[in-house]
Amino acid sequence: MAVRLDRPWRRLDAEAVAGLSGQLGVYQLSDDGATVRAIHRVDARSLFGLRGELGRELEERGEGLFFRLEVNHQPRTRWLELMMVHKADHGSLPAWNPPEDGEGLGRLSPA
Amino acid sequence: MDLSLTDEQKLIVDQVRRFVREEIVPLEDGLDPDADSLPPEDHERLARRVAEMGLYGLDIPPEFGGPDVDIVTRTLLAIEMSQHRAGLYAPCYNVFGGAGLAQMFEANDDQKQRFLFPMLRGEKKTFFGLTEPSGGSDPARAIQTRAVRDGDDWVINGAKMFISGADRADFGLVFARTDPGKGRAGVTCFIVETDTPGFHVRRIVHTLRAARYATELQFEDMRVPHANVLGEVNGGFAIANDRVSRQRIPYAATCIGVAVKAQELAVEYAGIRETFGDKLAHRQGIQWMVVENEIDIRQSLWITLAAADKARRGEAFRTDSALAKIVATEASGRVVDRAMQIHGGYGVTKDLPFERWYREMRIRRIGEGPNEVQRHIVARDLFGSSLR
Repeated sequence: MAVRLDRPWRRLDAEAVAGLSGQLGVYQLSDDGATVRAIHRVDARSLFGLRGELGRELEERGEGLFFRLEVNHQPRTRWLELMMVHKADHGSLPAWNPPEDGEGLGRLSPA
Repeated sequence: MDLSLTDEQKLIVDQVRRFVREEIVPLEDGLDPDADSLPPEDHERLARRVAEMGLYGLDIPPEFGGPDVDIVTRTLLAIEMSQHRAGLYAPCYNVFGGAGLAQMFEANDDQKQRFLFPMLRGEKKTFFGLTEPSGGSDPARAIQTRAVRDGDDWVINGAKMFISGADRADFGLVFARTDPGKGRAGVTCFIVETDTPGFHVRRIVHTLRAARYATELQFEDMRVPHANVLGEVNGGFAIANDRVSRQRIPYAATCIGVAVKAQELAVEYAGIRETFGDKLAHRQGIQWMVVENEIDIRQSLWITLAAADKARRGEAFRTDSALAKIVATEASGRVVDRAMQIHGGYGVTKDLPFERWYREMRIRRIGEGPNEVQRHIVARDLFGSSLR
């Protein structure tokens, strides 16, 4: 499994959301289809999994964003990994993640 | 052998049982199903409660400020502390405090000041770096990480696998080969600070245990001062091995605690749930599953307490702790599996704790020395040391 989530970005719109599964996993958001602005996890507390959470993002943030995701039954540890990788690559958390997401985060130096 | 509880043990066990049921379990309703920590304010509040109970730092020896809890009582408490969703790997979400690396009690005075005391005060986090990509069950032969003396330093090159907490640690113990021709007598234990140049946490290793992850480490020309050798050069294997047998007893007990809770939930549900006009508890098929659970729990309990009692009396207990580890991990896995079956579809959902226990319990047959290695230990005892 690749450490980085480097799949192609997709436009976040109603059609894309409708085609998503309700599974657990992680997703990233971008406002330009290149820069990671947020990394989030979808765990078993979400009502409709990835479809529900990305639908909520669309409703709250509106169209014009991009997303990419990974279906993963271990969303918590995968999310921590992606956050650490982002911090290692960019020296900071994604701009839209709240500061508390960085509390207790480990240090990773991926090859 | 008298395994009846003393009045003091009854008091402490009852106190911790109430603490788990009244303080820990209700909090879990608001946590992620795979959470392994509490919000900081809850953690601080409950850690204060534990300190008031006189039980904070359970595994810290009394000479270093810990409560003087003997291993039998510690085993009984481990059974109580694990009776909740996260209990197998995060009993009471660690509000009882931890001793960190037990091996650090072997440190010299200088190392105690720099590492042990800050660790006990909770100022420094640690990791234990023994297992390598080449294996973990036979570290004496599998360790390929090399340390070569260079003046006042040792230069370490190699890799470690399945290492918990290394990405968040301030320092850890790294076992490296210092004499390639000497097998287990050629391994040395180093205290390694994680900001040392050449120390890399290369990746997270995802496992069945969704709450916590392991990491893979790489050391590239990492220079560690000779002053950071723990114990003697080439004496690392004894340090690694010394406390392992003792740690297997609470490891087994924690599994039993989860099994006890799973059984409690299964009995309760079987008394409520009706199918085809009658309660599950009235079906012989269900009754026998619950009875099998009870047999598994009681066998595990007595074998584990017997091992703890031997350790408490200062008798050799290596074989006994190996047996406890085998029986408790395998029996508790069966109990969780049956409890899940009794709960039907709900049993496999994240609404209930069984699916987490089922995943995490599977690891217990591998962690702390696979059960096959434990059987080898018992066989060696039965057949004598000629069995290599």
